[in-house]
Formats: sequence, C-alpha cells, structure tokens
Amino acid sequence: MKFKLKVWRQANQNAQGKLVDYDIDGINADMSFLEMVDVLNDKLIKKGEDPIAFDHDCREGICGMCSMYISGRAHGPQHAATTCQLYMRKFKDGDTIYVEPWRARAFPIVKDLAVDRGAFDRIIAAGGFVSVNTGQAQDANNLPVEKAFAEKAMDAAACIGCGACVAACKNASAMLFVSAKVSQMALLPQGQPERTRRALAMVAQMDAEGFGNCTNTGACEAECPKEISLTNIARLNREYINASVIAE
Amino acid sequence: MATAAKSNSVFFKSSIGKKVVMGLTGLFLISFLIIHATINAMIFYNDGGVTFSHWGHFMGTNPIIRTLEIGLVAGFILHIVDGLMLWKQNHDARPTKYAYSNANANSKWYSRSMGLLGTLLLIFLVIHTSHFWIPNRANQFIHGEELNLYQMMLDIFQVWYIVLIYVLGCVSLFWHLLHGFKSAFQSLGLNHTKYNKTIDIVGTAFSIVVPLLFASMPLVIFFGLIR
Amino acid sequence: MAEESNQTITDGLNSKIPGGPVGDKWTTYKRNVKLVNPANKRKIEVIVVGTGLAGASAAASLAELGYKVKAFCFQDSPRRAHSIAAQGGINSAKNYKNDGDSVFRLFYDTVKGGDFRAREANVHRLAEVSVNIIDQCVAQGVPFAREYGGLLDNRSFGGAQVSRTFYARGQTGQQLLLGAYQALERQIGLGNVEMFTRHEMAEVVTIDGKARGIIAKNLITGAFEKHFGHAVLLATGGYGNVFFLSTNAMGSNVTAAWKAHKKGAFFGNPCYTQIHPTCIPVSGDYQSKLTLMSESLRNDGRVWVPKTKEDAKAIREGKKRAEDIKEEDRDYYLERKYPSYGNLSPRDIASRAAKEACDDGRGIVASGFGVFLDFADAIKRLGVDVVKARYGELFPMYQNITNEDPLKTPMKIYPAVHYTMGGLWVDYELQTSVQGLYALGEANFSDHGANRLGASALMQGLADGYFVAPYTVGNYLAGEIFTKAIDLNHPAFVEAEKSASDRQKTLLGIKGKRSVDDFHKALGHIMWEYCGMARSAEGLTKARKLLQDLRKEFWSDVLVPGGLNEFNPELDKAGRVADFIELGELMVVDALNRNESCGGHFRVEYQDEGEAKRDDENYAYVAAWEFKGMDADPQLHKEPLQFDNVKLAVRSYK
Repeated sequence: MKFKLKVWRQANQNAQGKLVDYDIDGINADMSFLEMVDVLNDKLIKKGEDPIAFDHDCREGICGMCSMYISGRAHGPQHAATTCQLYMRKFKDGDTIYVEPWRARAFPIVKDLAVDRGAFDRIIAAGGFVSVNTGQAQDANNLPVEKAFAEKAMDAAACIGCGACVAACKNASAMLFVSAKVSQMALLPQGQPERTRRALAMVAQMDAEGFGNCTNTGACEAECPKEISLTNIARLNREYINASVIAE
Repeated sequence: MATAAKSNSVFFKSSIGKKVVMGLTGLFLISFLIIHATINAMIFYNDGGVTFSHWGHFMGTNPIIRTLEIGLVAGFILHIVDGLMLWKQNHDARPTKYAYSNANANSKWYSRSMGLLGTLLLIFLVIHTSHFWIPNRANQFIHGEELNLYQMMLDIFQVWYIVLIYVLGCVSLFWHLLHGFKSAFQSLGLNHTKYNKTIDIVGTAFSIVVPLLFASMPLVIFFGLIR
Repeated sequence: MAEESNQTITDGLNSKIPGGPVGDKWTTYKRNVKLVNPANKRKIEVIVVGTGLAGASAAASLAELGYKVKAFCFQDSPRRAHSIAAQGGINSAKNYKNDGDSVFRLFYDTVKGGDFRAREANVHRLAEVSVNIIDQCVAQGVPFAREYGGLLDNRSFGGAQVSRTFYARGQTGQQLLLGAYQALERQIGLGNVEMFTRHEMAEVVTIDGKARGIIAKNLITGAFEKHFGHAVLLATGGYGNVFFLSTNAMGSNVTAAWKAHKKGAFFGNPCYTQIHPTCIPVSGDYQSKLTLMSESLRNDGRVWVPKTKEDAKAIREGKKRAEDIKEEDRDYYLERKYPSYGNLSPRDIASRAAKEACDDGRGIVASGFGVFLDFADAIKRLGVDVVKARYGELFPMYQNITNEDPLKTPMKIYPAVHYTMGGLWVDYELQTSVQGLYALGEANFSDHGANRLGASALMQGLADGYFVAPYTVGNYLAGEIFTKAIDLNHPAFVEAEKSASDRQKTLLGIKGKRSVDDFHKALGHIMWEYCGMARSAEGLTKARKLLQDLRKEFWSDVLVPGGLNEFNPELDKAGRVADFIELGELMVVDALNRNESCGGHFRVEYQDEGEAKRDDENYAYVAAWEFKGMDADPQLHKEPLQFDNVKLAVRSYK
C-alpha cells in the first residue's frame, strides 16, 4: 500500500509549525499506524532528515501515551482504539492522511506530534485519590461493594489518560477525563469521605489548566479508546452541584 | 480549600456552574416558548383575532405575568451573556485549530454549533421584538394602552422577506432546541437509563412541534389563510 | 543490620538474611529495624527512579513517612509505566476461597515455580506482605472484581492449584498502577514529592562508596541535571527489550540498572528470562513489539497442534482450517504431557512445549511458529456470553490485531519474551552491592528465582514499594541523619555529568550508516537465536563473539540524527541500545556459566527426555556479576542458596 501523509512538524513548543508532505510506499496492511511511522522515520533518518517525534510506549493500547489526530479524528478512524491499535488495513491504498498532534491550550506541543499532558497529572494531584497512607488499610473484605457499582466504577476507571477526549472535543474540554475519576471514586465506598472535596478540587484544577467547557456534543465518548460513557459527565455534574450548593 | 470553593461566586465562575446556568435558563426559556406558542396558536381559531387578543391582553396586563416577564428578560440576558462567556473560553481553549477535522464522525453539527445557532436566534430576537414586543410595551408605557398585535401581525407578515426571516428563525430554533433540550438535562446531571429515552423523545418532539407551529403562523397569514 | 545474620559473608556478598525460622525473619527484622524520627526524616532526601508499581508505591510511601522524595520517569506521566500492561491479576495468600491457601503455600509455590533458584527468606516475606497489598489497594479504590455478595472475587492462574489471583477485568496492572500513581500524585500535590517526568537517569553518583545522587537527562531540553539524594532507589523494570521483540513497552530499558552495574552494583542471574507462552505470533519484519494475551486465557483455552505434520502444513498453507481437524487428530500436548496441571502448566514449561511442537514441524502459522489456543469447549460448557465476559477486552483486542474472531476460530499464539527474573543483585534489604543504592521490583533479581509464576510480578513490585523498602531504606537512612546535602559541584557529580554528556556527543558524532533500530534488531536476532528458549554452550560462545562485534560496529557505524539540546528520542534510544548490547553479552556469559537447565534458562545439553535438568549440587547459587571494565571479563560472585523449608525436588507438573 502507499499513502500521502501530511504531518505536523514543529521543532519545539515556541516554534512555528507546519504540515509537511511525505509519500510512503510498501506499507503492509497488517502494520499498525505507528509501525508505518517507524518505517517512515527509518527512511528519514537514513536520508539525514529529522525523524518525526511522537509519543508511544506500550503499543498494546493501554499505556495511553500514543496520541495522534489522524484523518481528522483522535486516534484515527478505528472505533475504541488507540493509535497503536490502529491498523493500516483501515485505510484505502493511496489515501491522503493528515497527522496532527492533540490540540489544546492545556496540552502544549513538545515537538512535532508529542504534547505535554501534565495538566492531567495536576488534576489527579488536586483530588483524584483516596487519602490512605500505606499501612492504614483494613482487611479488604471488610468493605463489601455491590457488584453493579463495582462494575460501573471499573467502567470509569478504565480511562487510560490519553487525552483523546480533549483532542476530539470542539472546546478541548477535559470533562470526560475528570468525570471518569470522580465517578470511579463516587461509586465506591472508599471514595465517600472525600467525595465533595474531590469534585470541587478536581474541577477547580481542570478550569485553572485552561480546558474548555462541556457542550455535551458526545465527541469525547465517541472517540474514547476505552469507551468511557457520557453518563460519567452527568455524574460529575451532579457531584459538583451537590458539593457546591447542596452538601453541608 | 473546600470551604472557599463552596462560595457561590466560585460555583458560577466554574465551567460546570456556567453550564448549569445555561441549562436552567435554557429550560426556563423552553417553558416560555410553550406559553408563547400556545397563546399565538389562538390565531388558528381564525375568528378575526378575538381569542388571540383576549389572551394577549391577559398576558400584557396581568400583574403576575408582568412580574414574570422581568424574570424572562433576565433569563434571556443570563442565557446570552453566559453563552458568550462560554464561547470565548471554548475558543481560547484551542488556540491553534486542526488543519483537517472530521468532527461529523463523532458528533452532530448542530451540537457543535450552539453558539452560531444562538447568535442567529439573537439576531432574530432583535428583529422579532422590534416588530411586536418593544412597540407594544413602549405604547403601554407612553400611552397606557396596548397596540392591536393581531392587526400588526397581519400587516407585517404581508412582506415575503420578513416571512422568510421568521421561517429561518424557526429553523435555527429547531436545531438549537434539538441539542439544547437534551443537553440541559445532561448539564444538570439528569442522565439515567430510566428516563433518558423519555427526555430524548420529548426533546425531539418539542424541537419539531414548537418551531413548526411558530413557522406556520407567518406562512398562513402570508398566504391569506387567516385574516 | 537488624539482627545477626545466620548467613556469613560469602564470596564478597552479604545477603543480610535475618536469623531464625523463615516465617519469623521479617517480623524479627521489623522488630529490630532502626528508625528515623520525624524531624530528621524531613531533612533526608530520597531519589526514586522509575514510577511503575515498585517506584510509585515506594515514592508515595516514603513521602507519606515524611522523607523528601524526588521521583523520575522517562514517560510523560508516572501513570504510563509498563506495569499497566499486566492483564491477568495479582496473587495474594488471603485464602478467601477457603481452598487451602496460606502464606506458606504461596511461598512454597513461588519457590518451586522459580525452580528452586530464589532466596527462601525473600520469597516468604513476599508471601507475607501479599495480604497487606490487597488491603492497601482496595482502600485506595482499586476496582477489583467482586462477587454478588460484594466480596472480592478470585481466579486461578498458571502454576497454582488454588484460586488466589485478584483481578480487575483484564486491566489489573493498570488499576494497581493507577492506585499507586494516585497515591504518588497526592504526595506531589502535598509538596512531599518533586516529580520529574520525561527525565531519564544517565548516571548514578557515588561518593566514598555510597550512592549520593544521580545525573538525569531532561529529555525535552536535552540538558543534564544533577540531583542529590541520601539514598537512590532504582525501580526501573526489566530488560526484556534486549531481544528487540518482546512484550515490553518500547521505552522499557536497562539503562539505569546498567549504569548502576558499571558503578559497582552486581548483576544477579542475568540469563533468567521468562518467555511467556501466550503471545500473538510474529507476522512480519516491520513488527515493533509483541502483544501478550493474558495467561488467564489458559484457564478456559486448550492448547493444541495437529497430530500430524501434514495437517499442520495444510493449515500453514491455508488449505485447511482449525475446524477441519477432527478431535482425534489434535494433540492437546499440555494436557497429554502434564495431566495434573494441563493447560495451566507454568510459563517456562508451556513455552518450551510450544517450541517443541513447532520445531517438530507442527506449527500452524505461516512462519511455522504458532500453536492454537482453543475456546470451543469453554464456549460449549459456559456459553459465549460467560466466556466473553470473563475475558473482557482481550478478545476484541486479539481480533483487532489479527482480524480473526477467537469466538469462532481458535486463537494463534506463540511464546515471546515477557519478563526478566534477573536484575541487580540485592540483599534482604533490597540494597545493591553499592551502599545506599536500592533496586525494587523487576529491576532486582530477588524473588522469582529462575522462573516467575503468573500474577506474581505485580505482587512483587508492590511488596517492594509499599511494604519492604520503606522499612529497609529507613534502616540505612537512620545512619545518614548527620549527612548534609552534598554540593552539586562536588567532583563526583561534575565528573558523572561530564561522562554522561560526553557519551551523547560521541553517539551523535559517529554519523555512520545504520539506524539505531537496525542495531537493536540485530541484537534481538542474536539474543533470540542463541540466548532464547533453548541455549547451548556452542551457540552462546558464538553469540558472545557476535555481540562483541556488534558493539564495535555500533560505536563506529550508528547514525543518530538531530542535536544535543532538543527533544531527540533517537538519541535516547541510541543510549539505551548501547547499554542493551553490553548487557546482552553479560547474559550470554551468565548462560554459559550455568551448566544446568532451570526455569527460564534451558540448556540443551542438560535435559532428561526434554525436561529441564537442574544441577543442585553445583548450581544452587545466585550468580552475581561484578563489572570489571568494558574489555575485561566480569567477575562471578556466588551467593549459595539454602533451602531449609522447601525440599529440593524435580519440579514436576505431570
């Protein structure tokens, strides 16, 4: 297979970036998208050019590091998959493929397609945890959790923090990410003591980072590689309203 | 930290607080649309405006309604100002746009265009109020009596491009409601498998029926079906 | 030292194992461990490199105790460490199933599973704290699978006859890491931990024989930074990427451990490599990594190949499908060879059996290297929905990669490098042979012997980080309370920084013709061919020469693009591959030295009808290698292993 790639190249955070065209041939349909970029980079290196910088690590769809906006979509056209789990068989021979970084004020570009998602870490640091020090725990089975709630909590906890929700959202909103963590904890008994504090602190940090607001378009849910549901955003709204205007 | 964040100003400045205001004012404006459409629909009695004028007079003079009207204006202003602030923040959240975006693959165009649709509605609102509401209230204020709104309608809707503007306004309203109705519930955290379907059906039905009803009024007058 | 060790210093190694019966050692140790008072803790700085299960849990726990912690990871966030990829579960001797489990049994299974090449005292401690880990993680909100009664669910796993594995769908590693990561972020938010993401450790700084800090490279700016610490903890994972293709993440590397090795930390049992039996087979040259399918699939999946080479050939050529092979023409070889454990045989045994079947010409993928993992019986027994629910995202993941639906046709699997049991040699306190330098989790050699049982890696990482290091590091730091922060202009820091920076300049200056990946692939081929699932003296000798040549070639012909003071992933990769090549040679030396077959180390010369033949007489020791210079042979130190509680036996799963 062969493709025409239009790849965003930007030397560093402050440099001016632009789309650069690359033609690539001899691509196997069973290659992953990142393996295709590997092949391109190998060629660039041997031609003495600068290879395309991009984030990636586990290449099995779980670490959340890979992050490309491909053909106008976060992680490309494959449903419920990260970029590393996107295979070239998903494209047609001869396609023109745009490859851009996640775009959000809160995710500044490091280089080319790599962005800084430290904002997510800071949101977690603001309240995305249960305050329990090592050694303070009681026996694990002393705290039964209704299976339905455990399952819902797990659904929310499946978030890999890749940022596709922000990338896909027209407002670069981080509501799906924040709501997933708030939901997980709100659904579990362990999360109750800090429930209101968590919702307030995480939302305050989210706003301070410069993410946009939620317009309920559903783009985040549609592009999330882990299929995190919009119901989590509704739950976050409830948690926040409760914490702000109802809870004592 | 928790106590500070609980203050009202923090809530209303927060992204979720703004969305809650958007949702609540939106639902309030929706409730106004029901009254507005119902009373306007009195023209379909086709009785020379007798029923319509009766209820128009009630709405224009009843002290409770007049008090509520202040709330309505406030609702409009809040909805609009809040919307503009959201638009600005959302715009700033992505300073560099994507060179190529296939957003239709993950969301509906009208859900992404609430700001645009809202702006069209705002323009329409200015035109519409300057046709009826502003002259009428001005007359009441200056001369202490109401204008004949029914007759004004018959006169204004004789001009084809005005009718067109009204129909387009209703189309904008349809798209705005189609997303806004459901979205308001989601912003208020009202999302549950038990009643999502109901919200969905009622929202879609409302978004079709009300704008259709409104749009039909200038049309029937223009085509002389109602005199 | 807490109490008199019953083990004398042998061959320059002091394992510091406390005296007394194995079940009392850890309690005894904790009872006598030296403490640091809270006021002093505030003055003590600890560096933690790596933020996987071991690193994040250690950094968080130490910060909770009051130490000033600096944590480093090369990824963009501490949440990305490769611990996230563990799918199946985590063992714990909770005995919630009432099926006869106990701390002793978990200890016994682990020592036996490790083919009697692990230190009894360490393994027992691991089994003891395994119960605390589950408590801790549940308290953090880790969403483990539950039964309808709301209590925790368990499943069985390879190498065990009890159900002691706790799991969170197919994402156990991810969820446990998020628990540790959140604990870490909490400490970052409280200002107790300073976090350095996109930083890679480039050197360990030692002063007067003690680790006193590190040189870290800021991967975004390319600048080297000097960091002082009263102690340095390495939790930098394993070195499976020496094989190029492995289930490890692309960034997983040996660099931190290798730099420590070159600064005096001995490397323990480098040849012990775990080959995981259930990975998706290699499909082409372009492949960048291998994907693991959780071992838990073997609970319900049956492994087979056709009985005849003809059928296998027909399948390879696409003339027949799995479904066309009649039941009596299939060889469920694990069930046949190991009737009591069957498809749940330990990883090394299952992997080798797959290799044997394929070497026999009965492989079922085009390359010849693949076997079936069949769910047809399980679907018949349990129904499609139960099977689907049990394996969560694994089936769709397989289907996405291979374009085949495992509910309709058997999965194709083949072994791949997955975990390295070897690592930096550490004593009972997890301290390396350099004072103040510790190694945790997969980065050390300590608990798994020659083979790791399933669901034990997560257990060990968290045991080391939450419950072991916070005590043992304190025991060392109690003696450091008078040590003031060392000036970063100290010659040792300056020199270490210069050496790290010079190396980068050299790499960039070579401007040869072959890319870093070319060399990495070449290295992988040599290692897989000669130091993979089956090793021989002849092959290993040849491999050593090949590796030495490869190293020379690398340093004269590698092509690294870009510059020094910028985000340059190729340059970082070049440094890692250079270290891998050196490590590869040490692995070969170790494999050549160990004239026996045990666990993940199989020497073709030492076998009994295809089964590994251990030599307890001569090789019941830990091989700890000391670095003696680039062109000198490493020096072997032997730590004899004593088995007082587990009877040395042929490890039989028949």
